Amino acid sequence: MTEASSLLEIRDVGKRFGSVVALRAASLTVRAGEVHALMGANGAGKSTLVKILTGVFAADGGTVSLDGKAKAFRSPAEARRAGIVSVYQDPALVPDLTVAQNLRLARVSLPAVLDHLADLGVGHLDHASFIRDLPYPILRLIDLARALASDPKILVLDEITAALPADLSEKVFRVVHSWRERGRSVIFISHRMAEVSALCDRATVLRDGVTVGVTDPARGSEERIVSLMLGSEVVKASAEAHRAAEPSPRFAGVPALEVRGLRYGHRVNDVSFSIHPGEVLGVAALEGQGQDELFDCIAGVRRAEAGSILADGKPLRLRHPADAIRAGLVLVPANRIQALLPQRSIRENVALPMVRGIGAWGPIAMTAERRRVDEAVQRLRVDTRAESELRRLSGGNQQKVVIARWLASGFQTLLCFDPTRGIDIGTKRQIYALIRDLAAAGSAVLLFTSELPEIPLACDRTIVLFGGRIVAEMPASAADEATLLRAAHGLAARAEALA
Amino acid sequence: MTAAPGKSRASERNGGASDASAPPEADQRPSIAARLHRFMRRNPALVGMPALLVLVLAVTILVHPEFGAFDLQSLALGALPLAMAAAAQTVVVLSGGIDLSIGSLMAVSNVLAASTMQHASYQEALLLAVLILIAGAVQGALNGLIVVLSRIPDVVVTLTTGFIWGGVALLILEKPGGGAPEGFLNLATGTLCTDWLCSAWVPNALILLVTSVLLVWLPVRRTRIGLLIYAIGSDRIAAFRSGVNVELTRILAYVFGGLFSAIGGLALTMTTGIGAPLAGTYYTLSGLAAIVIGGVSLTGGRGGMLGPVIAALLLTLIPTDLIYLDIDPNYGQVIQGTLIVLVVMIGGFAAFLQSRK
Amino acid sequence: MSLPAKTGGQRSRFGLGGPGGILPFLRRNTILALILLLIAFVAGIEVARPGTVTPIWISNALLFAAPLGILGAGQTLVMLTGGIDLSVASVATGSAYLLATNASLGSVAAVLIGLGLGLGVGLLNGVGIAVLRVQPLVMTLGTGLMTEGVMVVYSQKMLASEPRVPEFIQALGAGKVLGAVPLDLFLWAPIAIAMIWGLRRTGFGRLTYAVGDNRQACELAGVRVWQVLLVDYVLCGFFAALAGLVLVGSTNAADLSLADVYLLPSVAAVIIGGTSILGGRGGYAGTIIGALILTVLTSLLTLLDAPEPIKQILYGAIILLLAAAYARLTD
Repeated sequence: MTEASSLLEIRDVGKRFGSVVALRAASLTVRAGEVHALMGANGAGKSTLVKILTGVFAADGGTVSLDGKAKAFRSPAEARRAGIVSVYQDPALVPDLTVAQNLRLARVSLPAVLDHLADLGVGHLDHASFIRDLPYPILRLIDLARALASDPKILVLDEITAALPADLSEKVFRVVHSWRERGRSVIFISHRMAEVSALCDRATVLRDGVTVGVTDPARGSEERIVSLMLGSEVVKASAEAHRAAEPSPRFAGVPALEVRGLRYGHRVNDVSFSIHPGEVLGVAALEGQGQDELFDCIAGVRRAEAGSILADGKPLRLRHPADAIRAGLVLVPANRIQALLPQRSIRENVALPMVRGIGAWGPIAMTAERRRVDEAVQRLRVDTRAESELRRLSGGNQQKVVIARWLASGFQTLLCFDPTRGIDIGTKRQIYALIRDLAAAGSAVLLFTSELPEIPLACDRTIVLFGGRIVAEMPASAADEATLLRAAHGLAARAEALA
Repeated sequence: MTAAPGKSRASERNGGASDASAPPEADQRPSIAARLHRFMRRNPALVGMPALLVLVLAVTILVHPEFGAFDLQSLALGALPLAMAAAAQTVVVLSGGIDLSIGSLMAVSNVLAASTMQHASYQEALLLAVLILIAGAVQGALNGLIVVLSRIPDVVVTLTTGFIWGGVALLILEKPGGGAPEGFLNLATGTLCTDWLCSAWVPNALILLVTSVLLVWLPVRRTRIGLLIYAIGSDRIAAFRSGVNVELTRILAYVFGGLFSAIGGLALTMTTGIGAPLAGTYYTLSGLAAIVIGGVSLTGGRGGMLGPVIAALLLTLIPTDLIYLDIDPNYGQVIQGTLIVLVVMIGGFAAFLQSRK
Repeated sequence: MSLPAKTGGQRSRFGLGGPGGILPFLRRNTILALILLLIAFVAGIEVARPGTVTPIWISNALLFAAPLGILGAGQTLVMLTGGIDLSVASVATGSAYLLATNASLGSVAAVLIGLGLGLGVGLLNGVGIAVLRVQPLVMTLGTGLMTEGVMVVYSQKMLASEPRVPEFIQALGAGKVLGAVPLDLFLWAPIAIAMIWGLRRTGFGRLTYAVGDNRQACELAGVRVWQVLLVDYVLCGFFAALAGLVLVGSTNAADLSLADVYLLPSVAAVIIGGTSILGGRGGYAGTIIGALILTVLTSLLTLLDAPEPIKQILYGAIILLLAAAYARLTD
């Protein structure tokens, strides 16, 4: 193809927010009829670039041209009229309006959206139901269907698969394929290399707000893309080595955490397992199989309706996260925004659990606090340049702060819920290495991750949840992606039942 | 991983976003009974508030059997300015804002009317009234513009503009005074009397209340403007990404707030016969009280107009009942405060219990 | 990164100039900017009426600023948690009125009754807001109306006894020692020190900021948020009652609209002082300067002999401008 056929051309776009530079010189060329991946580590500027393209932010410099004509959209509505529609990372649906009202709001025709939803496998949707009553994956699909219904020349999908179960992701991919066949273009943002390889024609890689390369993302190019994304500081996979070197050690004695017959509504059913000190137990599950509720119950965020939770052999009554923390059970939630104080400093964020009880409401021992906080921050290698306000940190660094908090205040069992969601590969590897270190030092870790290939890398043993029940348990060495996926779809369980 | 944020909002009544305006084209609609059930569940204010009003009216008649046309008239007269203050606050709050300058805006219209209409004829007074309504809308627009341009929280802006508009009212009329032609006052103080129907049981104030709410709010509610206001009140970012011009809509909500405030100011002139630069201040907080009791969520996006208007009637009726019961009417304010506290605390308690389940 | 140059540029807009620093410095310098503004107002007074600004004048300004400053202490606490307390004016009035009408029981008892009202209303606010999660604006609006109403009813029942303000309260509100040091400064200064130190260096202070910044994060970190909020609102009620006592001491007349005019200024002082109304950011040092600025502004407007409406308009407009300047500076 020649340059003439490029539909969209972004040249050297820059953007800063206060003192933080999000984009320096980002360029992106999209041809008609291609699926183009936009890749980069966290904080590389992908989302900012997309938001500039769709008129959410104004660029500080650089040019955007569509069909050879220079454009600067001032709002998403303007971008849409020009044929560029984005599905953002978080749903763009108004919770207190019904589905139909939301579509009217966006001036999209209801039948068209329902058609697209049917293509996506959502046939029966009461369009008079409020958005706030619908499950998250459905909202993503409504978002997508709404974007499709306005028939865009360029469709932007920002991490749409992050929250989708595998079967729904598959349907999204099919729609993307058919979109390409109709000569339309898609800009696809995802952290999942496999998806990008399978789906995309070309990939543009951003690093620190600069476009560092355009490449063919076909299978086998993963390492090249990773090294582009990470630049000079490429960290070789250490986790792979762990898997090969250490056979699962055998754990004995009193478990650090034991769960017996736990039940929460119909979401968690009779779940029992135990973790020993030094062990990392993986939890594998598709979206919405009860893992959220399971973690919440153990962390004291929700109250289990039946069953017992024991720490060091002692049964616990968990009415508040404070109870769980006292028993040494600490949570790293999926959504780090939930756990952080955006306007406060790293130090105050890390030290938050230290002042949690009324007993600690008095004067703070500043020197001791500083020492503990600094230790934890250094151990996790948190980038402290934007120290004074947490919201100025990148996502990966924010996640590190959440973990550093528990390192500083101490714990017995770490409950890690999808700690690497939406995090770049470099930080991911650091976090897994840390989890192994913690286990080696005698902590127990319960780890849920939505990315199944990561389970054998970080865990000793894994359980698989399906429909709120544990349907399989296996050593990490046996937990390859295919096996896990089968179990996570409830297939293995049925096979066992038959046998 | 949250403790179900939805639950914590369960206390907030939700009379808004009714499905009555949903397009009719679907064929897989649920049964009528199911829809009715859902409607009741979604709009407790729409069912509960009128029921509460009927109940309190029944009690009133019970304790004061001679409740007559005159009492009804004074109820309507007393409630009219408050209902307008509540209506003004409702529009702004639905859009996710809050307007603490409503009382002062009412005062401005009140003194404008009383000082300009004193020697005017009926026709001139009507013309002046229209101009004052326009002025009210402009003042509202100014509030909205400052909120949008300064990016200061709505509470802060309107708290201070309230101060400023209060000064403007004092500037126009330093002491209570002025007046308006009899015919104009009669628009509120009279009772229905036309060529074909004359009834002392239908106070003009009530007609004025109903028509002004219907004339202003219904067109808003039934068109895209209403949808936009609810949308930005519910989730500003999502609305923006859906292509809504958030800034313009916010300003628009304040314009309607200003318009209703101006109606309220005119109503004050009609009901009191004079202009008083300080009379309005009471209505900022009472109007807010009415919308809270009327089931409008202060976080925006949820609620309707009926609840607050009926709440205004209730807040007027209850002190009257106290007089009938020979209780010191000074308890009125205690009761008003207690009512707000009780309503919100019971709502909070219900949500609290639910979260324990 | 070219961080320092950028923040330096922002600061120079406020006439502070100097080499750039990082954000904490900018924050500290907003207080400096406020102090400069205060000095500018004082200079304005001196220019308008040469010879006005004397030690006595300064002492009077501090004297008058104290009730507002003490009210602002409570308001700062609750606004840092992301709330607001609209009942402070009613509580201050009520506490003053209770003090005056119960003076016959002895000064100490009267003071305790007055402060008890503050603690009571604060506790009610706290229970509603912290435990039952009622919106602060609504809750305190309701309790404010309630308190005011109760005081009206009470005043009519209490016609028999003549309100009287105990002498030491009068001294506290209007007295001076050493010629020019206002007595109420001996109340305000310890409060100020406790507030500033407490917010920065105690666990409770940390949590007050934290709760305002992200309530859910606090819960997840094991903080029982309701305890923090409850204590903040009780403290706010207490400070409001205390401010009422100082106020009635200075006017020596307890009436039922004593503190009404302080409601807006109590919020304005906090906002001018740089505390975000959304919570999580700010501090009491700013509120002190805010209270002083508002007091000086009032006396400047009085001095200019502007008619009341013009005064009110200017007062509102200046608060608005300051708040707008803040929004630009801190974001």
